[in-house]
Amino acid sequence: MPSEPLLSLVDVACARGGVPVLSGVSFDIAPGEAVVLRGPNGSGKTTLLRTIAGLQPTLAGELRGATDDIAYAGHADGIKAALSVEENLRFWAEMFGTRDIAAALRAFDLEGLRGRAAQHLSAGQKRRLGLARLLVTGRAIWALDEPTVSLDTGSVGLFAAVLRDHLESGGAAVIATHIDLGFSARAVDVSGFRARAMARSGFDEAFL
Amino acid sequence: MIRLVLRDLALAVRAGGGFGLGLAFFLIVVVLVPFAVGPETARLTAIAPGILWLGALLACLLSLDRIFALDYEDGTLDLLACAPIPLEGVAVAKALAHWLTTGLPLTLAAPVLGIFLNLPAGGFGWLVVSLALGTPALSVIGAFGAALTVGLRRGGLLLSLLVLPLYVPTLIFGAEVARRGAEGLAVQGPLLLLAGVTAGALALLPFAAAAALRINLR
Repeated sequence: MPSEPLLSLVDVACARGGVPVLSGVSFDIAPGEAVVLRGPNGSGKTTLLRTIAGLQPTLAGELRGATDDIAYAGHADGIKAALSVEENLRFWAEMFGTRDIAAALRAFDLEGLRGRAAQHLSAGQKRRLGLARLLVTGRAIWALDEPTVSLDTGSVGLFAAVLRDHLESGGAAVIATHIDLGFSARAVDVSGFRARAMARSGFDEAFL
Repeated sequence: MIRLVLRDLALAVRAGGGFGLGLAFFLIVVVLVPFAVGPETARLTAIAPGILWLGALLACLLSLDRIFALDYEDGTLDLLACAPIPLEGVAVAKALAHWLTTGLPLTLAAPVLGIFLNLPAGGFGWLVVSLALGTPALSVIGAFGAALTVGLRRGGLLLSLLVLPLYVPTLIFGAEVARRGAEGLAVQGPLLLLAGVTAGALALLPFAAAAALRINLR
C-alpha cells in the first residue's frame, strides 16, 4: 500500500545536553502506522521523540511532512494538581481548539472521576488523564514516551484500544515502549543509529 | 491565550496558588516602616512614595519564580510548546496572569496603605497611576527573567539578581511620579518615561522570553 507518509525523518541527528546521541535516523511514518522505538535506557529514544515533537532542533537532517500535526506525551503528564480531571482536560481541549472532552473521558474510563481534583488521583489514573489529553488535541501523529508506565493491565488494554482506533482513523504514532501492545507495529531499534563520538569543533552547547 | 490566562488565575486563587503572598508582603513592609523610622508624620510623608513603590516592587519579585517553574516541573510547558499558540503568546499570557494576580492587587491596595504612611491627599491619584503604568513592566521583565532561569533548581536567587537591574528604571520613574504627585509638582516628564519603559518592555520582552524558553526546553 504505497501511501504518502505523514512524516518522514531524513538522516536526522539529535543531541542531548550538547552531546550527539543519534545520527542518520531515517524512517517514514504512514497514516495508520505505528512505529515502536526500541533500545536500551539512554539510547536516545526520548531525545528522538522530543526532536520529532519539535521541542528541540535537529543537529542535522530534517523532518518532512505534517510537523505541525504532532501531539507529544512525555514522562510528565502536565496535570495541574489543584484542578479537577474535567478542568484539566477542558483546558487542553480549548488550547487545541476542540470542544468535546466526553469521548476522551469515556475512552480512558475517567467519567467517574471527572470532578475529582487531580492531586487525589493515583499514578495510573493521572497517566490515563495524560493520555486522554491526546484525544482532545485532535492531532494526527502521536509521539509517545513510555505511555504505559504505571498503567495496570486493564488500562494498557484501554490504551491499546484507543491507539488502534486512532490508527484506523488514519492517525499515526511513534512510541517508545518496552511492552508489547498486542498489535503489529514496525519496530525501529534506535541503538543502530548511535552517533559516533563526533569531535565537534567550535561552540560547545554543553558548556552553557 | 485567554484560556491560559484564565487557567493561571484559577490556579492562583486555589489552595497553594500563592495569590495573597505579594499582597501580604506589601502590607507587612508598609506597616513595619513607621515602627522602624519613627512616627514623625513629616518624615513619613517624605518617604511614603518611595516606600510604597519599593514595597510593591519587592512584593512583585516574590512570585516571579512561579511564572514558568511550576509548568516546567509538571511537564505542562513541553505540552504548551507543542500547542497551537506560539511561545510568545504563552509568555504574554503568563505575564498578564502574573500582573492580574500581583500587580493589579498591589495597585489597588497601595492607596489604602498610603494612609499608614501619611501620604498627602494629592498623592493618591498619582500613586495609583504610576503603579498601574509601572507594574505591567515588572511582570513582563519578571516573565523574561523566569524564562531565562526556568530549568534551574532553586533559580530564585539568580532570577532576582538578573531582574533587579532591569527593574531600576521603572522604580526610579515610578517613585518619581508618585513623589512629584504627592508634592504637587509637574509629573509629565517621569510619567512619560515610565510609560516608555513599560511600552518597550511589553513590545520586546515576550520575544526574548520565548527565545529563552525554547533554549531551556531542549
